[in-house]
Amino acid sequence: MSVAKGKFRYISSDRRVLEDRRFVVGKGNYVADIVRPNMKHVAVVFSPHPAARIVSVDSTEALKMQGVHYVLTGEELAAATLPMPNGMPTPEVKRYPLAVGQARYVGEWVVAVVADSRALAEDAAEKVRIEYEPLPFVVDGKEAFKKESPPVHPAHGSNILLDKTFVWGDVEGDFAASPHKLAFSQKWGRSSTVPIETFGVIAEWDAWREVLDVWASIQMPKYADQIATAMQLPMNAVRVHQDVDVGGSYGVKRGIKQTVLVSYLSKKLNVPVRLIEDRLDNMRGGDAHGPERNFDVEIAFDSNGIIRSMKMDALDNVGAYAGRSPFQLGKPIGAIVGPYKIKSVQYRAMAVTSNKTVQEAVRAFGQSPTNYTIERALDEVAWALNLDRLEVRRRNFIQPHEFPYLIPSGTTYDSGNYPGLVDKVVKHADLDALYAERDRLRAEGQLAGIGVASCLEPSGGNSAFEPLLNRQNKTTTWMDSCRIAVDALGTVTATMHTTSAGQGHETLVATVVGEALEIDPEKIRISRAHTLDVMPSNSPVGSRMAIMLGGAAFHAANKLKRKMMTIAAHDLGVPVEELVWDEGNITSKKNPDQKRSWNDIVLIAHRHYYRMPEDMEPGLTAQHVMQVPNGGQLPTDDDRIQMYPCFSFEFHIVLMSIDPDIGKPVFRRYVIGHDCGTVINPKIVHGMTIGGIAHGIGAALLEEFAYDDEGQLLTQSFMDYLLPSAHEVPKIETVHQVTPSPLTVFGQKGSGESGYLGAPAAISGAINDALRPLGIKMNSLPLKITKLGDAIAEARAKSGKEMKQ
Amino acid sequence: MKPAAFDYIRAESAAHASSLLLEDENGRIIAGGQTLVPMLAMRLARPSRLIDVARIQELSYIRDESERISIGATTRQVLVEKSALIHEKLPLLHKAIEWVGHPPTRARGTVGGSLANSDPAAEIALVAATLGATLRYVDETGENSVEAEDYFIGPMITALPQSACLVGADFPKWNDRFVGTGFEEVNARSSDFAFVSAASQVGFDESGKCTRAVLGIGGLGDFPFRVDVDAVKDRIGDEAALREAIAAAIEDVEPLSDLHATAEYRRRVAITLASRSILNAVREARELAHAN
Amino acid sequence: MRTELNVNGEIHVVDVEPRKTLVDCLREDLRLVGAHTGCEHGVCGACTVIVDGTPVRSCLMFAVQAEGSEIVTIEGVAPAPGELSILQDAFCETHGMQCGFCTPGMILAAHALLRDNQEPTREDIVEAISGNICRCTGYDQIVEAIALAARRMRGRNMPDRVPA
Repeated sequence: MSVAKGKFRYISSDRRVLEDRRFVVGKGNYVADIVRPNMKHVAVVFSPHPAARIVSVDSTEALKMQGVHYVLTGEELAAATLPMPNGMPTPEVKRYPLAVGQARYVGEWVVAVVADSRALAEDAAEKVRIEYEPLPFVVDGKEAFKKESPPVHPAHGSNILLDKTFVWGDVEGDFAASPHKLAFSQKWGRSSTVPIETFGVIAEWDAWREVLDVWASIQMPKYADQIATAMQLPMNAVRVHQDVDVGGSYGVKRGIKQTVLVSYLSKKLNVPVRLIEDRLDNMRGGDAHGPERNFDVEIAFDSNGIIRSMKMDALDNVGAYAGRSPFQLGKPIGAIVGPYKIKSVQYRAMAVTSNKTVQEAVRAFGQSPTNYTIERALDEVAWALNLDRLEVRRRNFIQPHEFPYLIPSGTTYDSGNYPGLVDKVVKHADLDALYAERDRLRAEGQLAGIGVASCLEPSGGNSAFEPLLNRQNKTTTWMDSCRIAVDALGTVTATMHTTSAGQGHETLVATVVGEALEIDPEKIRISRAHTLDVMPSNSPVGSRMAIMLGGAAFHAANKLKRKMMTIAAHDLGVPVEELVWDEGNITSKKNPDQKRSWNDIVLIAHRHYYRMPEDMEPGLTAQHVMQVPNGGQLPTDDDRIQMYPCFSFEFHIVLMSIDPDIGKPVFRRYVIGHDCGTVINPKIVHGMTIGGIAHGIGAALLEEFAYDDEGQLLTQSFMDYLLPSAHEVPKIETVHQVTPSPLTVFGQKGSGESGYLGAPAAISGAINDALRPLGIKMNSLPLKITKLGDAIAEARAKSGKEMKQ
Repeated sequence: MKPAAFDYIRAESAAHASSLLLEDENGRIIAGGQTLVPMLAMRLARPSRLIDVARIQELSYIRDESERISIGATTRQVLVEKSALIHEKLPLLHKAIEWVGHPPTRARGTVGGSLANSDPAAEIALVAATLGATLRYVDETGENSVEAEDYFIGPMITALPQSACLVGADFPKWNDRFVGTGFEEVNARSSDFAFVSAASQVGFDESGKCTRAVLGIGGLGDFPFRVDVDAVKDRIGDEAALREAIAAAIEDVEPLSDLHATAEYRRRVAITLASRSILNAVREARELAHAN
Repeated sequence: MRTELNVNGEIHVVDVEPRKTLVDCLREDLRLVGAHTGCEHGVCGACTVIVDGTPVRSCLMFAVQAEGSEIVTIEGVAPAPGELSILQDAFCETHGMQCGFCTPGMILAAHALLRDNQEPTREDIVEAISGNICRCTGYDQIVEAIALAARRMRGRNMPDRVPA
């Protein structure tokens, strides 16, 4: 069921975001704002070594301090809890909240100290004496892949968590038949989403009720399940409070290790225990780094620039433990050819452990690095044939009439109009004038370049990559839910069943329910259930909530509407088909005098049981649990899978210049075209898109978790890990297109990752275009100033020498 | 990220601050705290006592003293930024100050704090080195002073005696007919410390002849330093000559190398920024001459 | 250490360790939790409050240093419960936020700008908020909110209450 498109009352209109009122007055409810009686505080002692055996821990001095309550070691915690979930079939890669026996990266949490205040806990942490015996270590991904590299988990035998080659289509045949081939390598640097709020959690065990209350800055599917499993508690003894506002996440706020740690301490000490990571804890030991990925690519294409086949090797350096990070190589399989008609693909996905901080899910779950590489391939083909880069994209695009379109890896794209949006953006940007401006800048002595990137945002996320990469895992259910109640006085409350980190889900639910019931969304109360009062949710990941929570809210509202219509029909004694719904009032089509108001129905449902249809439950509630559209199937034996259902599209054009003597890239113009189907709230979609670009600018130019050869993390603070400020994000022009999805109730697609999917690709393309006159290309991100400046200087020196010869 | 415990005392005067330092060598002066507090938070600094000089009113001033502009040590950077006197009489500092942090840090940060802290890439320190400021301090022997060229001696290290409290800096005023200034800096984000920076001031006489020129370079070596460009005074608008002179002058400097910029980068870009800052200063002076 | 703090026009007496930052004191001792801690080393700006009329980082100041100063926090900005200031309303109008974590600091930085500059350019606004990192929005709707508030303040016929 879906509604007629293009006739919306509230959907797509430029309405305010309900959540904003509490935030502008400082009345958000963040985890660090919550105080529990007699709450204690945790500080952690971290490993200074990339790899070391923990010889001994002496906490005598720390425990002597007044106000210090406990010093917890990894051994004690591991004995009392189960290891954290490991998505891959690698049982010997065990992960606990605190290091057990061996520390595996600089910053790994080794010991936790509990005290009356965080300051005191830090004082005591300094007094804990830990003796280490340093072990061999490896930090580079390609090194870690080698057999002779020291294994991070000796019991596992090597550093390889995943090495699987997929072949979809006749790759060798297509390569053999193609007149042109090229190859390149590039690397996506280790960065992350780095929310301004670190991860924080409070756990409070009530021994009399046998309930563990948890307040956390969390964005994670199956959080309560994982706590219960690790703590060996029944799941109905874990109550996660989901009305906690999360200060940004974009994927990474999955603090299961932090939560198990404080849950254990709370149970052990019988007091509420809180751990709010400080920035250093977060950066080095919060286990929230993002993909770090080496690509080696070969492309086969014809003389017209049509790409026939692609071989892509992707090696992700996931850090010291598996977690969910290897799966970030799996999700891109659902959009492995981007918006292009590439007939066959060979994809080798490799994940290795190393002595670096653990990775977590980052915005787009691995798709942005892959898009960066697909777009580089398109640029390379154009350069090889001396064709226009945009023209090569146009020639390879899937055309609007070809949807639904099945790609070689088994996923069907729902809808799209790629050339249509490109045309709009080209017209808006006046691409010819932009090229003229580039050439004018070049004539002035600047290096100047234009980058283009046309990228997909797979949305409506499920976990189809899990059974694909780990055949032992048969999970395909990936639902979200909404419950709506009309109370005895006729007001509406809708319940959602997950936390939010700024995506405006309350506004989403209110808008959708308001649309369906034809009532003012601002009059709808949105409640966030705790997990003992909860319906199934898989949380806001994979750009899914507009589709999934929006869909659940729509279907629940329609069930409610149907119930109210049925009550009215019964009360009026007419068939329900004869009635029409108008802003909550129900009228007979045949006789307009035959009607029941909203309040009449409320009265009947809540108070006048004798007027209710037989067998109907009293009250007015409805709920819906929604499964991902098109989802639910296991992969085929030949490794094909329907990954996400809906595909948003974005097209970036960026003009950049570089002062060749300095190397600092400057944005001259940035235009993005964006198509996420029907937009539910334009303000929210705009913000996410621009915010995604800002994040992409960071990943492309500024942000990196950099390590030295000794395995030390060099960028632990905001003085060294550089987030874009308002100065670094240019004014971005946006162009909109709406290509509805046939799979969703309003035609909506996801937009939670938009902007980030293509910005790094476009920026890298612009810089490589700028560097072309020098005959050099940059093959890694981030493109820091000194890296660019030194490369330019070297190229100039070389060409100067060549000229002299 | 909480500092280790310390005692706190508000000093009533510079002499009081100095006497407190004398009685406890692990004491440390705090003014704006914009650099010190992060170091405390990360426990990279662990003073026994913080001696707060920020409220010593008589140390907050910007004065025109015929030959020099005198700035009190606790003068907030924002006051320098908004000072018409600085804009008119000390245009190089006016240009540099907007590169210092961003508005909230300039609201608390002080001129003396920046000079006492002596980061190799700090802008106020660079201006002091370039113009040859005199730094005044009080210690147990009374009020003393030290010239900028003797004051900056290492990264975060100054010639200030252990018990000294900086009280002010005097920047020489140029009374040349036309004065031009140039300030250039490269950083990753506009509020960050410079990878490398350069400051210049040139004087021209009525006939359009360059009477004097000074250049300072920051972020390159262990501390900001002045480069002698007097030899190229007569070819001050000649970029090639400037670059050659600057390259020669910094040949013996061992550039810093870190995560943000390689040594090669710093050396190469220092030459570029230095010559650009002079050329900009020259252009500005000539424009002033034209306007007259 | 006994310390008297003037916050949002009210005098509070607290007993704090000298090492306690102003933001920790506001949050823990006065339970004014609108100022947030994002980095605790002066970069992110989430803890911005107004001290003696200028926005400062309350993580780079100790509570004991603030005695004798006038402090305004985000809790002191709204004219009445349930009623937003022009600037707060403008942030809602443009959706100049997402997660809301940086928002109080942004609003206080913007308030200080608009007090001194009634017709800020885009560059003025960018500079004024350049010390406040927002990870969600890419700043566009924040800049738009401040520009909108400036327009509305110019057009108003009642003085808006600007802190300090």
